[in-house]
Amino acid sequence: MREGGRVTTAVESIQDNLLEIGGRTFQSRLMVGTGKYPDMDTMVRAIEASGAEVVTVAVRRVNLDRSKESSVLHFLDPSKIFLLSNTAGCYTAADAIRYARLAREAGFNDFVKLEVIGDEETLLPDVAGLLEAAKVLVQEGFKVLAYTNEDLVTALRLEDLGCAAVMPLASPIGSGLGLLNPFSVRTIKRRLHVPVIVDAGVGTASDACVTMEQGVDGILMNTAIAAAQDPVAMAAAMRLATIAGRAAFLAGRMPRREVAMPSSPTKGMLD
Amino acid sequence: MDVVINGEQRHVTPGATLLELLKELDLDPRAVVVEHNRKIVRRPALGDVTVTEGDAIELVHFVGGG
Repeated sequence: MREGGRVTTAVESIQDNLLEIGGRTFQSRLMVGTGKYPDMDTMVRAIEASGAEVVTVAVRRVNLDRSKESSVLHFLDPSKIFLLSNTAGCYTAADAIRYARLAREAGFNDFVKLEVIGDEETLLPDVAGLLEAAKVLVQEGFKVLAYTNEDLVTALRLEDLGCAAVMPLASPIGSGLGLLNPFSVRTIKRRLHVPVIVDAGVGTASDACVTMEQGVDGILMNTAIAAAQDPVAMAAAMRLATIAGRAAFLAGRMPRREVAMPSSPTKGMLD
Repeated sequence: MDVVINGEQRHVTPGATLLELLKELDLDPRAVVVEHNRKIVRRPALGDVTVTEGDAIELVHFVGGG
């Protein structure tokens, strides 16, 4: 991806289905955020390098003094990417519902990445508020992608309420700690019928790869790319890692063994 | 006449509609979503709603986020 040579991947040898969420299909299983980039040009190039089709945005007040350049839509083409608005920063169900309604009114789609945060230090979800907001928004016709913790029962409740996708965290938002609980994420994936998209906590490419190897349907990240020293190069790495992890899951890994087993024949050795 | 726009007290032309208010603020109505006293006003209706003294108006758009 850098000067002097191109990396090409043998993606044509991977047989996979499209990712389908709420009646929309996507080729890329990597979704990216648009926050915290050093500048808009880097953001645009990173999104392109990531190959992501779903891109998250937040709803905030217009800066009345310099509105023209502050909207992220001046730099993104909504005809080429799928805008997924979030309710980041909302601490109550009522706030999250209000933000979701405002986002839908922008007129792009009726999808929302629902976040109801319960704790400022860890940014962990408020499960009660999340379920309450999800119920209302699903009834209002939203396609709700619910950001939640890695708790199976909450994930099942969100599915029962009609969420279009459930988004358990890998680790806290912006932490870069990677997938802390692969068992729980695998359990959620095994039990749910709606897509499971791991959201938040990825730090580097291996985290994305390990996450996708659990069999989840997709992964969403922001800080891991935006806060990398070279966000565009990291976006490319994340694209490859997501593809690799997915391919490895589909390929089916060998069983783990606690003892060694030779790869070369034990017969035919010299006396 | 004073109204509160995005949490700030602002002086606006009395009797203005929301559409006129956006124009006054040099905002493209297609690029913002308007909430008037906690109620969303859809774009086609912006010219029908008149602003009155003390109204709370929120003008929002999309910014970078995760």
